[in-house]
Amino acid sequence: MVGIPLLFDLALIWGPTFVSVLLSFTKWDGFGAITESDIIGLKNYESLLTSYPFFWPALQHNIIWLGFLMFIATPFGMFMAVLLDRELRGSRIYQTIFYLPVVLSLAVIGIIWSLQYAPEQGFINNVLGRNRNDNLIDWLGNPNLNLWAALVATSWRHVGYIMVIYLAGLKSVDPALREAAKVDGANERQTFFRVVFPVMAPINIVIVVITVIEALRAFDIVYIINRGKNGLELLSTLITNNGISESNRVGFASAIAVVLLLISLVPIIAFLARTMREQRR
Amino acid sequence: MTAATAPAIRPNRRRIQPRRIALYAFLTIMAVTWLFPLLWAAYTALRPYGDTLVNGYISVATTLNFDNFVEAFTRGQFPTFYLNSLIIAVPAVILTLLVSSMVAFAVSRFSWRFNLVCLMIFTAGNLLPPQVIIVPLYQLYQLLPLPEPFTENGKLLYDQYQGTILINVVFQVGFCVFVLSNYMKTLSHELTEAALADGAPVWRIYWSVILPLCRPALAALATLEFTFIYNDFFWALILMKSGDKRPITSALNNLQGQFFTDINVLAAGALLAAIPTILVYLALQRQFISGLTLGSTKG
Repeated sequence: MVGIPLLFDLALIWGPTFVSVLLSFTKWDGFGAITESDIIGLKNYESLLTSYPFFWPALQHNIIWLGFLMFIATPFGMFMAVLLDRELRGSRIYQTIFYLPVVLSLAVIGIIWSLQYAPEQGFINNVLGRNRNDNLIDWLGNPNLNLWAALVATSWRHVGYIMVIYLAGLKSVDPALREAAKVDGANERQTFFRVVFPVMAPINIVIVVITVIEALRAFDIVYIINRGKNGLELLSTLITNNGISESNRVGFASAIAVVLLLISLVPIIAFLARTMREQRR
Repeated sequence: MTAATAPAIRPNRRRIQPRRIALYAFLTIMAVTWLFPLLWAAYTALRPYGDTLVNGYISVATTLNFDNFVEAFTRGQFPTFYLNSLIIAVPAVILTLLVSSMVAFAVSRFSWRFNLVCLMIFTAGNLLPPQVIIVPLYQLYQLLPLPEPFTENGKLLYDQYQGTILINVVFQVGFCVFVLSNYMKTLSHELTEAALADGAPVWRIYWSVILPLCRPALAALATLEFTFIYNDFFWALILMKSGDKRPITSALNNLQGQFFTDINVLAAGALLAAIPTILVYLALQRQFISGLTLGSTKG
């Protein structure tokens, strides 16, 4: 009952994870057997850190991505959840609207937002009157702008996602706690920050973990915009662009994958630690 | 907002009213903003290219029709891609739920020593970014042949529906095991113990005692997993090479190139790809949301 699924999980997820680590010490190109001359030690990491021009920008973009989600999109989703967590007429309609982008794929979201950003035909430039050839703003083409444009599009979905989870958490808070706070004369803000927020600690951890993981996984939307190039490099797109299609630099791509793996282990371990604590209870 | 400033004395209430209105105003403005990109896509898609060419994109349309949808549908081979999505998503969802409910049953009902370890392996696997494993997985898919019953003259896992279904299932099982095992732990242990005492075999306890009780969780997960797998872009993009085998979400990558000169048709194509999940969401909103929240709130 457990054995076969476990075997598949190990073979197709943890196996490749481990193999990634091994391959990162080689210069294998994906063809033929791996011979001794393919093993090059830490050379991939060395060139990653010193000579590969896209590694540091990609890492920086991932960090910006994380920062944007963590400090803008996620708090905004939490804020909207708090606003909706009360007796409101039409609360369901608001929820339906805010959650709607959550069911869309990031590929679809990329296209829907490209209709906003398109230089000549897009909504934003037409509103700003910047749609003529001499004054275009190239939101998705300009490497100084396109990361932010992609982040706005991705946040459109992320905010709803966070709202769903946070609102469910808020609804599960014992109403007696709020009553007690009210009796003690706390205003709404105090009640939230001093009573509700601390009680929500387990959900807050989930929210942080989700945000970090989403930021590390970001791929689809930049790939649909321009395959993750020209200002939209992310660790995830560097891996596929090096390891899969064009150059078949399997070993080198694996080294990038190992970097992404090491970063990903932080939220994963945080989440597992939280789950362990819950299980013991 | 009103409740917090009770007791409800009259002057108090008058002071509260404007805050309430401000709240509604804010929420309404945000809701309209939130819907806008989607509405704009629909508006663009409904306008003929000629109409936007003459009047500009920000203008009142002189004609609205479904021509762009028809064109995207036929020229973009939507019937093929929709079918591919179904061929992949339906078996993948069923398999995911079947496998994960078995694992969750074993993990939550019987206290083994490595129960927790199992749970951790599955859950952690689901949290890894897919790009961490893709390079070796891509090589693996080009080495491994499909097993006997599925094989069409010794084909590889690469570029096959079965290969895409397999990786979707394996990846999603992690999440579902986590959710279902939490759910099953809330069910009473006496049920299984009574059935065991009656001499019922384990698989019957799983199939006729536990699974029926998990129906709400399974319904929620089925809804959620259908949208997850339907929306998957990455696996089929990398692990399938034939354009006409890809599901609709991954096919958008090529469609975008095909239609980029005609943004109105592109808008129609994106909406066509989104419509199935929007319909599922509108019809099964409660299932979808409880699926998402089952994973984060306990029980």
